[in-house]
Amino acid sequence: MSSGPEHLLDVAGLEVRYGAIEAIRGAGLEVCKGEIVTLLGANGAGKSSFLNAVMGLVPLAAGRVVLDGEDITGEAPETVVRRGMTLCPEGRRVFANLTVRENLAIGGATRRRTGDAATILADMLDRFPVLAERHDQMAGTLSGGEQQMLAIARAMMSAPRIVLLDEPSLGLAPQVVDTIFEMIVALQHHGATILLVEQNVDLALDVADRGYVLASGRVALSGPASELQASGEVERAYMGRD
Amino acid sequence: MDILIQQFVNALSLGGTYALLALGLAMVFSVLGLINFAHGDLMTLTGYAMFFAIGAGLGLPLAIVLGIACATLAAVAMERVAFRPVRDANTATMLLTSLAVSTILHMLFQNLISARPRAIPVPSWMIGAVDVGGLAIGVIQLMSITATALLLIALSVFLRRSILGIAMRAAALDFPVTRLMGINANAVVATAFGLSGLLAGVAGVLWLAQRGSVDPLMGFLPVLKAFIAVVLGGLGSLAGAVVGGFALAFIEVFLRAFLPDGWLPFRESITLTLVIVLLLVRPEGLIGRRENVR
Repeated sequence: MSSGPEHLLDVAGLEVRYGAIEAIRGAGLEVCKGEIVTLLGANGAGKSSFLNAVMGLVPLAAGRVVLDGEDITGEAPETVVRRGMTLCPEGRRVFANLTVRENLAIGGATRRRTGDAATILADMLDRFPVLAERHDQMAGTLSGGEQQMLAIARAMMSAPRIVLLDEPSLGLAPQVVDTIFEMIVALQHHGATILLVEQNVDLALDVADRGYVLASGRVALSGPASELQASGEVERAYMGRD
Repeated sequence: MDILIQQFVNALSLGGTYALLALGLAMVFSVLGLINFAHGDLMTLTGYAMFFAIGAGLGLPLAIVLGIACATLAAVAMERVAFRPVRDANTATMLLTSLAVSTILHMLFQNLISARPRAIPVPSWMIGAVDVGGLAIGVIQLMSITATALLLIALSVFLRRSILGIAMRAAALDFPVTRLMGINANAVVATAFGLSGLLAGVAGVLWLAQRGSVDPLMGFLPVLKAFIAVVLGGLGSLAGAVVGGFALAFIEVFLRAFLPDGWLPFRESITLTLVIVLLLVRPEGLIGRRENVR
């Protein structure tokens, strides 16, 4: 597919190698403004590697990453964040020995110059009231669900044009997962664009507009979420086609 | 009673110097995982900068400012030239790099200046003591305690209030995620080195005020002590480095004051034995976190 201006994020021919191991072997996807796109795949299919490579956290062996028409291939993660794309990493990775307030403050570091950090913070505390209650607590003392909310809010503090969410349901109780996913949908209603990596296929396809299935480092299947959900092809792709 | 308070002041003063040095080491270690063997040479550099500044007739206050500035800039330059190229290399490579930097600096000091000590005259008013509530407290001790306290307070405000300070604490916990916050990795590392240089510079001035001369190996002993302090407090913890610095100084000073004469030659070994016992009881250090211990 050609990269038109309608694509907020356009990734093509991505390859990632760890030594001799090829984690990603030429995968690509597009995300349009306002969409939730989900990237599915079995354990070890390369979903996290894909996100990390797009963010510049791991080096690319080949491929192109275009954000809103600008080629950002190979740029440092801090530069990518400043250009408007951020990642909420797998396993939450909140700064455990920093308070909730400090976690959010550092999330909004890039917004200090534009002067809207305070507005965004107020909006986040409004949307995640539990974070307002726990404002001066160490992030490490929060429950898993609260930490996930903090991780998402921290990522949103940079007012990204697109946010990559890596496994937000990981290790959380089912009711908590539901709450998190309601919040993800609410973020979309407020204009956020989201690329979601998830183990929980049904849940991910429920909230997503479109989906891609990664198998052995390649895109094995893609399409509108409703079609993927109906076809049963996803399970087959999970088993790996090559 | 008086002698107890007297020794307490001595320990506070020595502990302050150890704490500043240990804090600089811990700052770089927490961000990069690098144990910087060249840290002590920054102190030495401060000494030589002061020696030349005084020789050029600049006066002591200006010499002190220049000495501290020199250590700060040298620390930043050291990172830029020597450590940045090996930042992603393994710990052993970084350790050897810092040993190399340290050795090069020793050689330069020795061959370009002199292997012999160079005197830095301490003004006579500093040698005396002042009367604080009936106690005679050394001027140098008083200045050293004040300088340490002010610097520690300023640093703690910086680490808690400023974005760069919070970013440094975040980077110590999780560097890649700190970069995901849009924080420039090089800025964080350069700040850590700059601050460690500033701390080594101030510690250098305090150390020089006590001994009155500088030689190529001046920084070796105090930084060795600072290493012990860092480990004693809890490797990687900034507060631990400060606590470790004071703890080590208190052990040293009180042993020196109250050990029977015949035991005095074994002072250092008794100190280190006590440190080992403390670490056996608390392997994570005085205020380190248990999960950091592998």
